[in-house]
Amino acid sequence: MNGVVQITLGWSDWATLFEHFFTMSMLSVGGAVSTIPEMHRFLVEQQHWLTDAQFNASVAIGQTSPGPNILFIVLLGWNVGFNTGSILAACAGVAIAMSGILIPSTTIALFASEWLSKNNHLRGVRAFKLGLAPVVVAMLMATGWILAGLHPDGEWQLWLVTLLTALLVWRTRMHLLWLLGAGALLGWFGLI
Amino acid sequence: MSHPHPTPQSPLDLFCSFTLIALQGFGGVVAIVQRELVDNKKWLTQEEFIEEWAVAQVLPGPNVVNLSLILGARYFGIRGAMASLAGMLLLPAIIALIFGVLYGMYSAHPGVAGATRGMSAVAAGLILATGLKMSAALQSNPIGKTLCTVIGLLCFVGIALLHLPLIVVLLTLGTLACWLAYRNLTVSS
Repeated sequence: MNGVVQITLGWSDWATLFEHFFTMSMLSVGGAVSTIPEMHRFLVEQQHWLTDAQFNASVAIGQTSPGPNILFIVLLGWNVGFNTGSILAACAGVAIAMSGILIPSTTIALFASEWLSKNNHLRGVRAFKLGLAPVVVAMLMATGWILAGLHPDGEWQLWLVTLLTALLVWRTRMHLLWLLGAGALLGWFGLI
Repeated sequence: MSHPHPTPQSPLDLFCSFTLIALQGFGGVVAIVQRELVDNKKWLTQEEFIEEWAVAQVLPGPNVVNLSLILGARYFGIRGAMASLAGMLLLPAIIALIFGVLYGMYSAHPGVAGATRGMSAVAAGLILATGLKMSAALQSNPIGKTLCTVIGLLCFVGIALLHLPLIVVLLTLGTLACWLAYRNLTVSS
């Protein structure tokens, strides 16, 4: 990856990494994507375990790969481990990041879905679902904004691509792969 | 759930079905899940799907993963939940890692670096668009359009511009919004 950093992780750092994803999992109302800003703040700005470029590439590859968006966590874990210099650590990074992000949310989902489907008529349940709606939507928009802002300053072409993509996906039923492919081609030929 | 419609045969059936669904979902699995489960396999009616989706969406965790987990558990208990989860994640995770490693090997190539820049600009747009699409559902929110917009804007400013930790925003604005919704539901019903 570009701008490789060399880091050393002790046992307490691995524990901190697990704890971070564990917490993010419980907060990931609206999907793991909505916690991207917080992960960026923690992994890049606070701990310096990943470079901006690595973080950005992990999210982009996670989006490009087939499957749920949560796959970018696999790549974040891999890169944090790989920055310590070994494939084994990279695999440990994947295992720690994925179990951290999955254990809380899957446990909550299994118990809560059962309880919610029994109590869907309650006013409190409906208020919870409806009240979080504007917050969740704004979180998604903020995530898009922060990802777009990771470009170096003054690269207006990249902002234009982001805005154009948002408009096309919002207003048309164009297949997302065409857009990702177009972005890749424009970038490959140095047009953006 | 009533049972006039087909159900998965076994946990293995769940695993294979969700693997195939995940592998078709480039940049968003939601649309594929709906088409496969409702239109093709007919495990759920449209109405049942919307109800399950609302729950999967509002709980913490990735919504499509939550959905597969909840359905798996309903059909085959914890074995079904694990089979669905593995189907959704196992093969796609391996593919993502291969993509990642290939990228690592070729990232020095200016074309590859450029292509990633282009794709991440598009990916940012995809997420913005998802937010825009979801905002349509706020029209009928009991909080009201104006307050929804105000709360949404405050939330956006807090996270995107002020870089506040997520938990601060959720505990303040989230609590406020749920309280407003609770109050307005009392009035209207």
